[in-house]
Amino acid sequence: MRKILGIVGLLVAVFVLTAVLEPNFLTAYNLQNTLRWTGLFGIISIGAAFVIITGGIDLSTGSVIALVGVLTPMMLVDAGWPLGLVLLVLLALLLILGVLHGALVTKLNLQPFVVTLCGLLFYRGLARWISGDQTQGFGTAFEGLRQLAIGRIAITDSFGLPIPFVLMVVLALIAGAVLNHTIWGRYMLALGHSEEAARFSGINTDRMIIVAYIIAVMTAGFGGLLFALDVNSVQPAVHGNFYELYAIAAAVLGGCSLRGGEGSILGVVIGAAVLRLLYNAINILGISTQLEFAIIGAVILIGVIADEFVRRVTSARLVRAGRQ
Amino acid sequence: MIPEPSGGEPAHSRATLVAVRRLTKRFPGTLALSQVDLRVSPGEVIAVIGENGAGKSTLMKIVAGVLAADDGELLVDGKPVELTSVRQATAMGIVLIHQELNLLANLSVAANLFLGREPHSGGWIDAKKMHAESAQVLKKVGLDIDPGRLVSTLPIGQRQLVEVARALVADARLLIMDEPTSSLSEQEVETLFGVIRELKAKGVAILYVSHKLNEVEAIADRVMVLRDGEVTGRLTRSEILRDTMVRCMVGRDIARGHEHSTRDLGATALKVDQLKFGSAAGRAASFSIKAGEIVGLAGLVGSGRSTLLRALFGIESRHRGTIVVDGRMVSPGSPRSAIAAGMGLVPEDRAMQGLVLAMETEPNISLGALHRHPKWGGFLDRPWERTVSQATIERLGIRGVHEGKASRLLSGGNQQKVVLGKWLLLAPKVLLLDEPTRGIDLAAKREIYRLIEELAAAGMAILFASSEMEEVLSLADRVMVMHQWHIAGELGASELSEESIMHLATGHTAQA
Repeated sequence: MRKILGIVGLLVAVFVLTAVLEPNFLTAYNLQNTLRWTGLFGIISIGAAFVIITGGIDLSTGSVIALVGVLTPMMLVDAGWPLGLVLLVLLALLLILGVLHGALVTKLNLQPFVVTLCGLLFYRGLARWISGDQTQGFGTAFEGLRQLAIGRIAITDSFGLPIPFVLMVVLALIAGAVLNHTIWGRYMLALGHSEEAARFSGINTDRMIIVAYIIAVMTAGFGGLLFALDVNSVQPAVHGNFYELYAIAAAVLGGCSLRGGEGSILGVVIGAAVLRLLYNAINILGISTQLEFAIIGAVILIGVIADEFVRRVTSARLVRAGRQ
Repeated sequence: MIPEPSGGEPAHSRATLVAVRRLTKRFPGTLALSQVDLRVSPGEVIAVIGENGAGKSTLMKIVAGVLAADDGELLVDGKPVELTSVRQATAMGIVLIHQELNLLANLSVAANLFLGREPHSGGWIDAKKMHAESAQVLKKVGLDIDPGRLVSTLPIGQRQLVEVARALVADARLLIMDEPTSSLSEQEVETLFGVIRELKAKGVAILYVSHKLNEVEAIADRVMVLRDGEVTGRLTRSEILRDTMVRCMVGRDIARGHEHSTRDLGATALKVDQLKFGSAAGRAASFSIKAGEIVGLAGLVGSGRSTLLRALFGIESRHRGTIVVDGRMVSPGSPRSAIAAGMGLVPEDRAMQGLVLAMETEPNISLGALHRHPKWGGFLDRPWERTVSQATIERLGIRGVHEGKASRLLSGGNQQKVVLGKWLLLAPKVLLLDEPTRGIDLAAKREIYRLIEELAAAGMAILFASSEMEEVLSLADRVMVMHQWHIAGELGASELSEESIMHLATGHTAQA
């Protein structure tokens, strides 16, 4: 909880500062946009968090987003397959990729970084080749389906909650319940801290790690579908570039340790919100967008340094308490 | 008679090389060292002995700059120093040879010997010179090997000697050896002793940490005995006798005379037939244990005790043979099938394998049993978890548990009780324990012994491996002794003695 307090403080600080400096920040249009993007990035960050909690990493997210982004319009529009079939194909594909990542990590004992780095390269190349590097989109078709990404649920006359944000909230509630209130969630946290101790306690650690990679690829695919519906023009070479790094950054900002075992879904979601808010603030305050990465990088660094200090202080206090 | 326990060090006529005064070191939950004094003069061999967890290694690490003391002074050449790194200690001529050897296996012997002080010219390593000097140093420690060989290709005994050679290269004035002979053959031990005597003659001081009292008798000029972080004896040459040392180490009361509880033995709980495990060198093992029986697994370090337990539990690969628990075959390959069949393992490495240190006590206790109590949809049954954890904490007398406190911060004894508690929830038929009381203070040890006997009385079959002779003698109804990866012999209660165990452990065949 203490970890979340820090990130919530950061969120509020950036929010208030931007609102004071630039009143246009508080317009319904701008807030809706920021929430929508928070939703989209929050979804992929939740999946990334599961892998990070088990002590792994998934670098393939952006390329999975690109692959789903070109395949979906090609199957729906070009091939004219029914929506149900397309979703089934996507689901099967993502399941295979997730199992593949997890099996390579657990059964062949390859390093997660290497496995998913190869995924990053492979799926990007595949997406570009399948599409002939041509921009893919839905044109004017599938307006109804596209509402999943661009639609809003009206709250007042001028403001509505973007549907991706609502979807993220639902997903976060489910993910939070899985992580904190189910046996599988407990297993993942335990093996993230100490895989050996978990295995010695009779936990099927391989299976749990594979499940984490499936979750990561699934959320990346779900996010990829929404991103494609949102932009409606998927450029195979650049669509989703670096998104895995946003997802990892959100997870780390939200309190996940790359050593595994630690993390909360609420923290990750707020981490994603902070990143989008920073991005929005840079734009709306007229700061050069060339500085975007530099500012985000600096904020994350300061965040983790502050976190390390808090940890040292509290662990010293715990040691003292332990002596009594 | 126990010699004067803590009256301080006798004054020395010779110059003092290294001295510690009133050294104190705390770890969470334990006092590792309390007000320890020690003075080392050039050319002296001082043995530091004591049971596991007595504080020997901690003391050595402080002198070698690996750990910082909480309190007290360290003097080198009469001047107080504060060692903050191994590098600094090495520069002062203090070199520690670790229990777990510290060589870089992927580099050559020569590269290891000269690591950090490579002969060079203009930034380039002078390989020729390095090899030539390495060959000389290796000869001094009785090693006739090519300095270009990779350390990974050397047997463990030779690696130990390479470590000694490395200390020679570093111009050590005080050489600290932590259990140097634990993996050496008799021949190699002789070589090592020869090297030690030679070093001694050259004025190098040696701090020698060992469990093996016969070695201490053979090599030490003085002995310091530690127990639970305190000095309980200082012996000079004429007093270095086995019995005296044992008395100082264990204290009077528990040395002998532990009452064997008589228990009714039930049906066969564990039956192992023609089990081949780990390295193929060993012969197949066959044995069985009855419900209610406590069987000890003795043997020297490296004799395969832990590996046998791990093979039974499905961690180490099993080449052939069958394991039957309570009439059910155990399929090989994973701890899960062993657990499902009714086994539990309290592993040797509590911190890495026994517990998830970062988690609190309650989830650690419930971790193995969660899958037996799922709620609909795989949700955790929290009220159940709380109830059984609290009951376990109470039953085993686990102290120091707070809400939000990681089990890392519990003392070793309480951590071990948490591991035991985890298995009790699963009510195994056969409980395997690997070094059940390593690094645990005496009071907690007794509690764990009592608990193990209670479990046996309730019908559990117990198989424990231990390198502490006292533990094996006092706890076991029957002892299996391992030597070079096979069970060299079995000793019933009437045949049990330190001598009979050592006899088998050192490779003599069982008496007819």
